[in-house]
Amino acid sequence: MIPQSSPREEREFFVLAEGIKYVYEGGVEAIGGVDIRIRKGEYIAIVGGNGSGKTTLAKNLNGLLRPTSGRVEIAGRSAAGMTVAELAKFVGYAFQNPDHQLFSSTVEEEVRFGPKSLGYTDSEVTKKVEHALEVMDLQGVRDSPPLTLSLSYRRRVSIASVIAMDPQVIILDEPTTGLDAKDIDLLMQYIDVLNREGHTLILITHDMRLVAGHAKRVLVMAAGRILLDSDPKGSFSDLDLIRQSNLEPPPVTLLAHRLSRFGILSNIFSPEELVSAIAQKIRGDR
Amino acid sequence: MQALHLRDARFKYKGSTGWALDGVSLDVEKGEFVTILGPNGSGKSTICLMSNGLVPHALPGDLEGTAEVFGLEVRSHPVAELATKVGIVFQEPESQLFSMSVEEEVAFGPENLAIPREEIRERVEWALEIVGMKGYNDRAPFSLSGGQKQRVAIAAALSMRPEMLVLDEPAYALDPLGRAELYTVLRDLKTRHGMTILLAERDAEEASVFSDRIALMSEGKIIEVGTPKAMLRNPERLRSIGLEPPQLAAVASLLNAELGRGDLSFLSVDEAESTISKLLAARARRGSV
Repeated sequence: MIPQSSPREEREFFVLAEGIKYVYEGGVEAIGGVDIRIRKGEYIAIVGGNGSGKTTLAKNLNGLLRPTSGRVEIAGRSAAGMTVAELAKFVGYAFQNPDHQLFSSTVEEEVRFGPKSLGYTDSEVTKKVEHALEVMDLQGVRDSPPLTLSLSYRRRVSIASVIAMDPQVIILDEPTTGLDAKDIDLLMQYIDVLNREGHTLILITHDMRLVAGHAKRVLVMAAGRILLDSDPKGSFSDLDLIRQSNLEPPPVTLLAHRLSRFGILSNIFSPEELVSAIAQKIRGDR
Repeated sequence: MQALHLRDARFKYKGSTGWALDGVSLDVEKGEFVTILGPNGSGKSTICLMSNGLVPHALPGDLEGTAEVFGLEVRSHPVAELATKVGIVFQEPESQLFSMSVEEEVAFGPENLAIPREEIRERVEWALEIVGMKGYNDRAPFSLSGGQKQRVAIAAALSMRPEMLVLDEPAYALDPLGRAELYTVLRDLKTRHGMTILLAERDAEEASVFSDRIALMSEGKIIEVGTPKAMLRNPERLRSIGLEPPQLAAVASLLNAELGRGDLSFLSVDEAESTISKLLAARARRGSV
């Protein structure tokens, strides 16, 4: 389903941002000089507190916002020369609040709108819609009005309507906000599948627990800048940096840091990992 | 007389077919901090809304059983009366804040009770100090961060001098820093001001440390009420009702299983550090002999 590319492109960065700044009307600088290079198939989390610039940055990558200065390149082309509709074929964006996005009278119509307006043929549209409904497990509610569904379903519909446009890159803006643990686990399973299918994923979140189990690369943002670009493990080792970004380290990471005098590694972020490290020490490291 | 007294309370919203509350019994004693822990749709919000009479007066439906707030049966006492006893804070501060300045916002409630100007000023200063927002009087609420807005919403509830504060997932829209600030305020309200607090949450990470008791709720029913340690001991049970167990409770449970014991129990990082340090230090002593 994903557009084919030449071997040369594979080696290059699919999303490239150089020195981008974004200043909102009224003079608030939301991003101040950010560089990002993203290859096809990456699974990236952008983390930071409210107001850190993560959503503004993401919107600059798909043309919903245009940088005040700096350059964005998508698939080797300058984004400045592409319309929002052209960019939507490459970079999809699922809003944090699905109700900002949903407007159709059935789930299927909602998911159909995107590919239809991108000018695909009827049979292509149907194929893309069926694929999106399947990936988000929505076939059972295809005839329901989206706004009558639970928040967890509405999120999945909003993500399916992005998948149906078949963009290589999918940006998910705080997809788990307001969901309970059971629905978060379920949604993240569906999201992980998208990455395995070859989509590049950019997950915007402030839940460090979520980052640990899913993303493979983490960008930590604060005050419109990227403070750290690392694997998930690395992003948990610097407590000061996490706090500087208005995030909170998971309690198990805090505990691991406190136990470092016993030789427990400090970049731990799951209870299972910590317990196995402690048990090993108690049994004598052998 | 309890702050909240529910006996076999059942409530069905008008136009709905299922019971939002399906036989709930719960007492909140004066001075207690009780957390209702449950997934979305379990009935937490309905209990919160009932505590100041919004259910059933503003949100009508069928109410059965006993529902009393400081001895007042909620059916027969209007919201205006119950609101002098119970202050309520909702998920999204934006839904609650409407004034042009923080001071106006916090003064609004007492002004409507025709309280003398001097006393209103004292109440506003007192409430802003408790929530750590002293000096923000002239700021516009919409210019504040999420955590600050939610603390102003708490101050606005406190300025009515309620006997109980009810918070329905107050950290819902906050980032981790805002969440931490909010919980610091709730801890102070309990430890320094003795406030009676009823909190509805899905994430027990902080509530497990601050609460006197936790009520586990699922599908309109309270499954069990008890100390945080007792309620959070079994991570599998929490997962089965759709809740994420607090990480440290999960560590305690896994460590008990791993080491073949059942006595390890902790909910705060401090407690966990002290317990596990002892285990590791004992091992180090044995190792050096």
